[in-house]
Amino acid sequence: MTKNIPHFPPHQDLQAQNQYAYDEIPSDLFVKAPLDQRKSEEIGTPSVSFWKEAFQRLIKNKGAMISLVMLVLLIALALIGPSLNEFSYREQNLAHSNMPPKVEGLEWLGFNGQNSAGVDQYAERDVQINYWFGTDEFGRDLWTRVWKGTQISLFIALVAAFLDLVIGVIYGGISSFYGGRIDNVMQRIIEILMGIPNLIVIILFILVLEPGITSIILAMVITGWVGMARVVRGQVLQLKGQEFVLASRTLGASNPRLISKHLLPNVMGPIIVTVMFTIPTAIFFEAFLSFIGLGLQAPLASLGVLIEDGYKSMRYFPYKLIFPALVISIIMISFNLLGDGLRDALDPKMRK
Amino acid sequence: MKRYLLQRIGFMLITLFIIVTATFFLMQLLPGTPFTNPEKLTDSQLAILNAKYGLDQPVAIQYIQYIGNLVQGDLGYSFQHEGRTVTSMISDRIGPSAFIGLQALVIGAIIGLVLGIVSALKHNSLLDYGSVTLAVLGMSIPSFVFAALLQYYVGVKLEWLPVALWEGYSSTLLPSIALSVTVTATVARFIRSEMLEVIGQDYIITARAKGLKENQVIVKHVIRNALIPVVTMLGPLAVSIMTGTLVIEKIFAVPGLGEQFTLSILVLDYSVIMGITIFYSALFIFVVFVVDIIYSFLDPRINYKGESA
Amino acid sequence: MSETILTVDNLHVAFKTQTGKLTAVRGVSFDLKKGETLAIVGESGSGKSVTAKSIMQLLPAATTEVTKGDIVYNGKSLLKMSKRQVTDLRGSEISMVFQDPMTSLNPTMKVGKQIMEGVQRHEQLTKAQARNRALEMLKLVGIPQAENRLDNYPHQFSGGMRQRVVIALALACNPKVLIADEPTTALDVTIQAQILDLMKDLQKKTETAIILITHDLGVVANMADRVAVMYGGKIVEQGTLDEIFYNPQHPYTLGLLQSMPKLNEDRSQPLLPIAGSPPNLATLGEGCAFAARCPHTMAVCHTYTPRDTVTETGHSVACWLQDDRVAGSRDLVETGSPS
Ligand SMILES: Nc1ncnc2c1ncn2[C@@H]1O[C@H](COP(=O)(O)OP(=O)(O)O)[C@@H](O)[C@H]1O
Ligand code: SF4
Ligand SMILES: [Mg+2]
Repeated sequence: MTKNIPHFPPHQDLQAQNQYAYDEIPSDLFVKAPLDQRKSEEIGTPSVSFWKEAFQRLIKNKGAMISLVMLVLLIALALIGPSLNEFSYREQNLAHSNMPPKVEGLEWLGFNGQNSAGVDQYAERDVQINYWFGTDEFGRDLWTRVWKGTQISLFIALVAAFLDLVIGVIYGGISSFYGGRIDNVMQRIIEILMGIPNLIVIILFILVLEPGITSIILAMVITGWVGMARVVRGQVLQLKGQEFVLASRTLGASNPRLISKHLLPNVMGPIIVTVMFTIPTAIFFEAFLSFIGLGLQAPLASLGVLIEDGYKSMRYFPYKLIFPALVISIIMISFNLLGDGLRDALDPKMRK
Repeated sequence: MKRYLLQRIGFMLITLFIIVTATFFLMQLLPGTPFTNPEKLTDSQLAILNAKYGLDQPVAIQYIQYIGNLVQGDLGYSFQHEGRTVTSMISDRIGPSAFIGLQALVIGAIIGLVLGIVSALKHNSLLDYGSVTLAVLGMSIPSFVFAALLQYYVGVKLEWLPVALWEGYSSTLLPSIALSVTVTATVARFIRSEMLEVIGQDYIITARAKGLKENQVIVKHVIRNALIPVVTMLGPLAVSIMTGTLVIEKIFAVPGLGEQFTLSILVLDYSVIMGITIFYSALFIFVVFVVDIIYSFLDPRINYKGESA
Repeated sequence: MSETILTVDNLHVAFKTQTGKLTAVRGVSFDLKKGETLAIVGESGSGKSVTAKSIMQLLPAATTEVTKGDIVYNGKSLLKMSKRQVTDLRGSEISMVFQDPMTSLNPTMKVGKQIMEGVQRHEQLTKAQARNRALEMLKLVGIPQAENRLDNYPHQFSGGMRQRVVIALALACNPKVLIADEPTTALDVTIQAQILDLMKDLQKKTETAIILITHDLGVVANMADRVAVMYGGKIVEQGTLDEIFYNPQHPYTLGLLQSMPKLNEDRSQPLLPIAGSPPNLATLGEGCAFAARCPHTMAVCHTYTPRDTVTETGHSVACWLQDDRVAGSRDLVETGSPS
C-alpha cells in the first residue's frame, strides 16, 4: 500500500506551498488592518448592465458583425444604387436589349460584355455606354432594377415585420395580461391559425386582393403576427410569475420603473430576435409569390420579380438570374446570421 | 388516451371546418368569373354553365352543398377542364409530388443528421464551422433560387441530369435534391443544438460516472435523447416541402400537385384552388397530429394529455 | 479502518473561460481512509464540486486543466492513468451521487436499465443477472415494490425516490469510494433525513468511504468523521468533527458555525450570517482569500497567503492568526461575536 504518503496533515513540507520564505515576513504586518468597505465591495463581480453585456457578446460574434456590415452596405446600395447611373428602372431602350454586363476593369470577373457565345455585344452593336449588370429584354438597366428591386423587397419586409410586431405585441400583451377566459379564447384562435400552412393563406388573400405591394404586405401580416404574439405572451406570462417582479412590486417599485427595469429588457430580447427572423421570411415569401406569378406587376421590380424574369431566360442570359439571386441570398444569409447572433447575445439563459 | 385522441380529432375537424369555410367565402370574393373568355360566351351559354356548376344558387345553398359533397370526398368539378373532378385531379397528381417530397425528406434527413451529429461531437472545430455555414446557406438561400442554379449548372451546363423532363427515375433527382436543401439545413441545425443541449445535461455526467465508454455515452444517451425531438420537426418540414413543391415542380416540370396548384392560380380555376388548399391543410393538420402521437410514444415523459410530466 | 484509499495532494484546477483563465481549485489536499466519511463544507462557488469532479475526471477535458498536484487512488495516480483505466474505475471503485435527482437520471431510459448498464459495464453478467442486481439494489435502497419499479421511468418517481435510485446506481458495483455532491440539497427536509440515514446504513454494510459535499453543517454533524472547510478554492481548516465543531480555529469556520441554527443550543443566540460575498476566483491573487470578509484581517493577510499549520489539538488551519508573530488578541470568539 501507499506507506510513503503521509496521512494527516498531508503536507509536512509546508514551505513548499508558497514561493516565499515564511520566516522572513516582517512581524509588523501582524496587526489588524481590515479592508475598507469600498474596496471590499469591489471584490464582488462587477455588475455590467444586461444590454452592455449583450452588446459585448454581439460584437464578438464575427458572423453577426460581417452580416451587419453586409446589410448596411446592401441597404445603402438599395437607396443610392439606382441613382448611380443615368438609367431609370422603367425606361425601355429596345436597341440596347439583352446587353451582357460590362464594367471597365472587371473584365476578368466576367463583366466583359460578351454573350454566352463569347461575342462582345458592345462592339458588335456599337454600344458606347457600359451596363454594369447588363440589361433585360426591353433594354432596361439591370443595375438600377436590381437595387430598385432590393429597395422594394426590403420595404415590403420591413413594413410587414413592423405590422407583425405591433399586432403581435398588442395581441400577446392583452392575452397574457388579462389571462383567464380571454387568454383561453385568444389562444384557441392562435392554435387554429397555426394549424393552417401560412403560404396557402397568403396565396388565397393575394388572389382576393390582387397583386401589389399593399396586398402582399397585408397577406403576409394576416398570418405573420401569430409568432410574435406567442413570443410576447410567453415572455409576459413567465415574468408575471417571477419573484423579482413580485418582489419589486412589494418593495413599492412604480409601474414605469417595473416596466423599464425588469419587463422591457426581458421582453425586448426575444422580440428583437423574432423581428430579425421575420424580415428574411417576408423577403422569401415576397420572392416566392413573384416566382409563382402572384407578385408585383411590371414595370415595378422586386427581387422576386427579377429572379422570375431572370429564370425565364436563364439558358441564354444567365446574368439576369445571377445578380438578383446573389442579392437575395446575401440578404437572407445576413439577416439569419444577425438573428442568430442577437439570439445568442440576448438569451437570458446565458446570463450568469 | 382515448379521450385525448377524441379531443384532438375533434379539434382537428373544427380547424378543418374553419379552413373550408374561410376558403369558400374567400373564393366568393375573387374577381372575375371562373370561365375563360366569358366575353365570347352568350348569356344563355353562361346561364347553362352557371346552372351546371350550381353557381346560380344563393351562396348559402352553394356552401351547404359544398360541405355536403366534401364530407363524401367530392370536391366538385374543375372549371377549366371539362368534366374532370377535382378529386381525380388531385389523386392523379399526388404521386409525383409525394415521391419527390418523400425522397427529399429522406435525403435531407440523412445528410442533416450526419452533419448535425458530427458538428455537435466536434463542437467548435473546423468541421463544426463548416457544417454550420452550410446549414445557414441552406436555410437562407430560397429553394427556387437554388433549384434554378442547380438546373442551370447541373442540367444545362454539365448535362448530367435531365433538366425538365418527367421520364424515369433520374428525372426525380434534381427536384428532390433542390427540395432537400432546406430539410438538410433545418435538420442539421436542430439536431446539433439538441445534441449540445443534451451533452450538457446532468444525466450525461451520470452516465460517464457509471464508467460507460465514451461511445456508449454518445450513442445510448446523447444521440438517443437528441433524436427524439427531431420528430417534432416533421410538421414544419412537411410545410417546407409542400411550399417547395409549388415552385420546384414548376421549375423542373414535374407533373405534381404543386404544379397543378400554380397553374390553377394563373387560370383562376376556383374549384381546383379550393380543393388543393383544403387538401394541403388537411394533410398538414394530419401530419402534425401523427407527429404528436409518435412523439408521445418516443418520449416517456409525455402522457396522452399532451403535457409533459 | 485506517488505511488510506484516496489522497488528493495540492490539487490545482483551472478552467479556460472567455474572460481568461479561472483557477477554481487552488491547492486542495486531503486523505480519505477506508470506510470513513469526510465532509467537505463551504459556500457555493468555493470549489467543492470541481474538486469532486476532478477526482472522477468528469470535468470537460477541452476547457479544464489540472495545473498542479495529484490524485492518488489505491497507490496509483489517477491523473497518469489512461482514459480506459479511468473509466474502468468509474462506477466500480469510485462512484458519485449528484445534487439534483431530478436531472441526474436519463429521462427516456427505464431506471432498471440505467442501473444494469453500469453493472454490465464492469462485471461479466448476463442480462438476467444484471437485472437481478438492479432489483437487489432497488430493494436495498428501500424502494417499495421494486420488481414493478424496475421498468418505470425516472419521472414516475418522487424526488426522494429518485435520489434513492441514483444511490442504488452508484453503489451497484460496490465501490470503495462514494462521492456524494450535495445529495440532499434539492430535497425536502424530511426526505433529506431519510436519504442520509440510508447512506449511513449502507456505509455500515458496505464499508464504503464517503466524501460528503455539503454546505449544511447540520448534515455534517450527523454524518461526518472528519471535516474539511473550503473557501475560495482552498481547504482552510481540516480536522475531526469534534475539533472543527468545538474548537474551530479559522475565522471562516467560526463564521459558518455561527450562521448555523444549532439544534441543541440556546435559540435566543442570534444567527450571524457572514457579511460580504464570496471572492471572485478570476481576480483572486496572493493573500488570504477571506481577508475581505474576515473580522480579524491583518496587514499580512492582504499580501501573503497563509500556510497550513497544525494546531496543538491536532488539526490543520490556514490562517495567519496561528502565527507566533501576531500582536494582540488571537481569540476568535471575543472579537467575532457582536457587542
Ligand atoms: N466547467 C466550468 N468552467 C468554468 N468554470 C467553472 C466550471 N465549473 C465550475 N466553474 C467555476 O468554478 C468555481 C467553483 O465551482 P464549484 O466547484 O461548482 O462550487 P461549489 O463549491 O458550489 O460546488 C465557480 O466559480 C464556478 O463558476
Ligand atoms: S489569514 Fe487573516 S484574513 Fe485570512 S482568515 Fe486568517 S486572519 Fe482572517
Ligand atoms: Mg457544487
